[in-house]
Amino acid sequence: MSNIPAELKYAKSHEWVKDNGDGTFTVGITDHAQEALGDLVFVETPEVGDHFSAGDDFAVVESVKAASDVYAPISGEVVEANEALADAPETVNDSPYEDGWIAIVKADDASETDALLDAAGYEASLED
Amino acid sequence: MPFIPHTDSEIRSMLDTIGVDSIEAVFDEIPDNLRCGKLEGVPEGLTEYEVTRLLHERAADDQALRCFAGAGAYDHHIPAAVWEITTRGEYYSAYTPYQAEASQGTLQLIYEYQSMMASLTGMDISNASLYDGASAMAEAVLMAVRGNRKSKSRKLLVAGTVNPTYCKVTNAIVHNQNISWDEVPFDNASGTTVTAALEAHAGEDYAALVIQQPNFFGSLEAVDEMTNWAHANGMLVVAVVNPMSLAALKAPGQWGEKGADIACGEGQPLGVPMSSGGPYYGFMCCKQPLARQMPGRIVGRTVDLDGNPGFALTLQAREQHIRRSKATSNICTNQGLCVTASTIYMSLLGPEGLARVAGASHSNINKLLTALDAVDGVSLAHAGPHFHEALITLSKPAAVVIEQMANLGFLAGVAVSDDYPQYENALLVCTTETKNDADIAAYAAALDEVLNGEAL
Amino acid sequence: MDSVKMEKVIFEHSVAGRRATVQSPVAPADFSDLPQALLREDKPMLPETSELQVVRHYTRLSQKNFSIDTQFYPLGSCTMKYNPRACNTLAMLPNFLGRHPLAPASHSQGFLACMHDLQEILQDVTGMKGVSLTPMAGAQGEFAGVAMIMAYHRKRGDMERNEIIVPDAAHGTNPATAVMCGCVVKEIPTNPEGDVDIEALKAVVGPKTAGIMLTNPSTVGVFERKIEEISKIVHEAGGMLYYDGANLNAILGKVRPGDMGFDVIHMNLHKTFSTPHGGGGPGSGAVGVSERLLPFMPIPHVKQEGDSYRYVTEAECPDSIGRLSGWAGNAGVNLRAYIYARLLGREGMHRVAEFAALNANYLQARLSAEGFDLAYPGRRASHEFIVTLKRQAKDIGLTATDIAKRLLDKGFHAPTIYFPLLVPECLLIEPTETEAKEDLDAFVEAMVEILREAEADIEQAKGAPYTQPVRRLDDVKAARELDVVWSN
Repeated sequence: MSNIPAELKYAKSHEWVKDNGDGTFTVGITDHAQEALGDLVFVETPEVGDHFSAGDDFAVVESVKAASDVYAPISGEVVEANEALADAPETVNDSPYEDGWIAIVKADDASETDALLDAAGYEASLED
Repeated sequence: MPFIPHTDSEIRSMLDTIGVDSIEAVFDEIPDNLRCGKLEGVPEGLTEYEVTRLLHERAADDQALRCFAGAGAYDHHIPAAVWEITTRGEYYSAYTPYQAEASQGTLQLIYEYQSMMASLTGMDISNASLYDGASAMAEAVLMAVRGNRKSKSRKLLVAGTVNPTYCKVTNAIVHNQNISWDEVPFDNASGTTVTAALEAHAGEDYAALVIQQPNFFGSLEAVDEMTNWAHANGMLVVAVVNPMSLAALKAPGQWGEKGADIACGEGQPLGVPMSSGGPYYGFMCCKQPLARQMPGRIVGRTVDLDGNPGFALTLQAREQHIRRSKATSNICTNQGLCVTASTIYMSLLGPEGLARVAGASHSNINKLLTALDAVDGVSLAHAGPHFHEALITLSKPAAVVIEQMANLGFLAGVAVSDDYPQYENALLVCTTETKNDADIAAYAAALDEVLNGEAL
Repeated sequence: MDSVKMEKVIFEHSVAGRRATVQSPVAPADFSDLPQALLREDKPMLPETSELQVVRHYTRLSQKNFSIDTQFYPLGSCTMKYNPRACNTLAMLPNFLGRHPLAPASHSQGFLACMHDLQEILQDVTGMKGVSLTPMAGAQGEFAGVAMIMAYHRKRGDMERNEIIVPDAAHGTNPATAVMCGCVVKEIPTNPEGDVDIEALKAVVGPKTAGIMLTNPSTVGVFERKIEEISKIVHEAGGMLYYDGANLNAILGKVRPGDMGFDVIHMNLHKTFSTPHGGGGPGSGAVGVSERLLPFMPIPHVKQEGDSYRYVTEAECPDSIGRLSGWAGNAGVNLRAYIYARLLGREGMHRVAEFAALNANYLQARLSAEGFDLAYPGRRASHEFIVTLKRQAKDIGLTATDIAKRLLDKGFHAPTIYFPLLVPECLLIEPTETEAKEDLDAFVEAMVEILREAEADIEQAKGAPYTQPVRRLDDVKAARELDVVWSN
């Protein structure tokens, strides 16, 4: 059973969002997603300063046999990207909710997170 | 039945196993009204000896000419061993090395090829090849537009001395994606790009500058200055180069302060016959930061379960079979067999041999231009150094000269007026190491005859 | 195999100063007349070896490959049939190899005649109205096809059509091609019987439909039975039908894409016309078009005038989608296809599909009888079919990869695995018409042996292959720690 921390919000497309309390939100992919993809060999993080709308292609995670888009779970501007993933994509496998975060986004409208799933909702979505 | 091994009794036994009474029955899912008739347009089959005779006759109809044409296809010697080995069944009739363990020969060879090409171009990474030089330029343009993270522009600058056919092919391939370019006019005296022409575009937003070296006219561009200018203006640099010339000329990776970002071109000069224009292969190399933008196959060295070294396709997630509509390109194949030939060619020649082939090709163009200096009605269009090609202007239309020279046994060169109307009576001539002093003297004498002799 | 297990890379054979002197001019190079600033500063890393060392090295490397000439190679969708030696020998006659692409037509009548005849033959076997041989591979043929469809719509002033419909089972090149042509991809599902889902198709067609890309027989190895209905739906919506010729071998001489309603097709000459796969190319992706698309064909193509042949000029084809290669495509490959077509002739063409289908249906029947699950039971195989190991993967952990690797140990190349993506744990098996019954039987025996072995001890399969130059390779390391260039 994959790990789904209770304090985070989730998108059905397997991204998690953490409220940093200052109008910014940290984004990554879930434990379930990293496990389904297998050993990651590359992560393309977004550029700092780029603006995304919720649902836009936002980053790419690549394993040997698959490449998947990561969708922006909320609209906003990228204020920080996890550059360390360039040399160590396996961090996403090892620590999807901590060191394997992908980017920090300054939300256009923090209330967009209300539309995201909570841990129970995400867990239920995995069982569908 | 050609190449079909089945005997009648085998056919019967196989049909029994399937549970049908005739071969026709296995096509019963195809609607009857769609079934085709006799194929009247296809001739009756021939035996191998009949086809052999036919093809020998056809080959004889292609009258062999002493080749002084280049323009992207070059008449170099190919060592006998190159295609003897390349056409071994194990290379010739193998598929793409998706089953790595059963394809280590092809995979290791491609790894060696990538290493040679990266070194020759002074780049970090090479792919396993693209279709040909012209389409490689198109892919390089797409890659530059994707890869320039400073610019969102879908426009490029292309030197006016880049092979015009390459530009046409590139346009055909990229224009649907709203990518276009501005052409930088060249200086008529030198046949090269001058800095002033670039300066006219300073401060404009372009994804890349495309430079060909030696350029289409065989002249040498000031690649260091052009590269520095492009980088200073936020552009990437795409180098279109003749790999043979790189035995002599500065590698694109060393151009200017930072080097070109992408090098591509036609691999044909390295062991691939002219063969009416194909199959050749396009090579493509780049600097490390662009690696994931590279189209096509790439082979990497890794280890197996026992820790022994081995080779496998890598970075496949960029490719169409995984990434589908988001792939770096729709390209699937490389030109494996031609790359096999080139790798064997480069190994046989080595650094010294390749330099000597380039050296003789170069010294022969100087000899040819000296010999033509004495022919009335011929003059050199562009001053300055040439690698192994040059544009000469004539006192008669090029098309007429080409036809009459052909009747004398020479492929005199390539007419360029379709693409450069200002050079109506001009021929692009080329020499390689395969021409000797007698060939050059004979060419000059024939051209003298055509231009100045009694009517032929 | 042991003797070829380890072969150093060519650079490890290199000794400074060693040369194959007979292969290059006697005189040392002299570039002193060129500007110093433009000259190369370092010596390129090319091996310094003798001719024998090079010959031995690359001969030894070749021995590490599986190939059609050495093994049964039932790689689905790739049509790994015998590549007749005559095609190679005759395409390599000196005058063909020595012909510069811009040699005048007056001195090129033999080559041009071959290309012209090939155009005519391909036109007839596909039921199209024109053929251009210039695309250099299947994917370039696809590009040419979709580009022609777009050019046709635009020429009529229809600027809205930009959607290309692609079944989910299609080759990855289809959607990638559509995107390169500036189109939007609309994916439609395949129904449980392997046909296109007609209702889903009806739901996506409309005024934005530029065309549909179809492979028939489809990538799941069955003939698309509702092709006429599909053709009607798409044409009535104003779209065009593109035929991906990947599986043309299955219907050669039986059905013609032109008669099925296709407007444009590409042919993989390296499949159906038996030109070599060459370890990954060069291929050739000739395109054929219907009347409506004739003006848009890529150039060059060959025209006959009286007894002589010439390339059409650019001025004659103002609406052409243009040039896709520096010269005229993979001419030498096309020459091989021409020779093959002449050896086969009319009767031979009919037999290609007949015996490809006979072999595939025989192999399908035998494997099914031996307990392998077919992905589309009850359907005829075309020239290929799919076995799914979904049940075995669940029950005993035997995956498509395992069986593929273990087959290598038994002396067979693996079928295509994990394509099409919609069938789990799939093996796409294409025996081709040139394989003899006893080789098909031997393959069935090998498959059964592997299954029995795995039922007894799955670890045997998991560790395979054991007999190859290397064992299973670490793909993750290859991608994470990129080593793509040798360094000393």
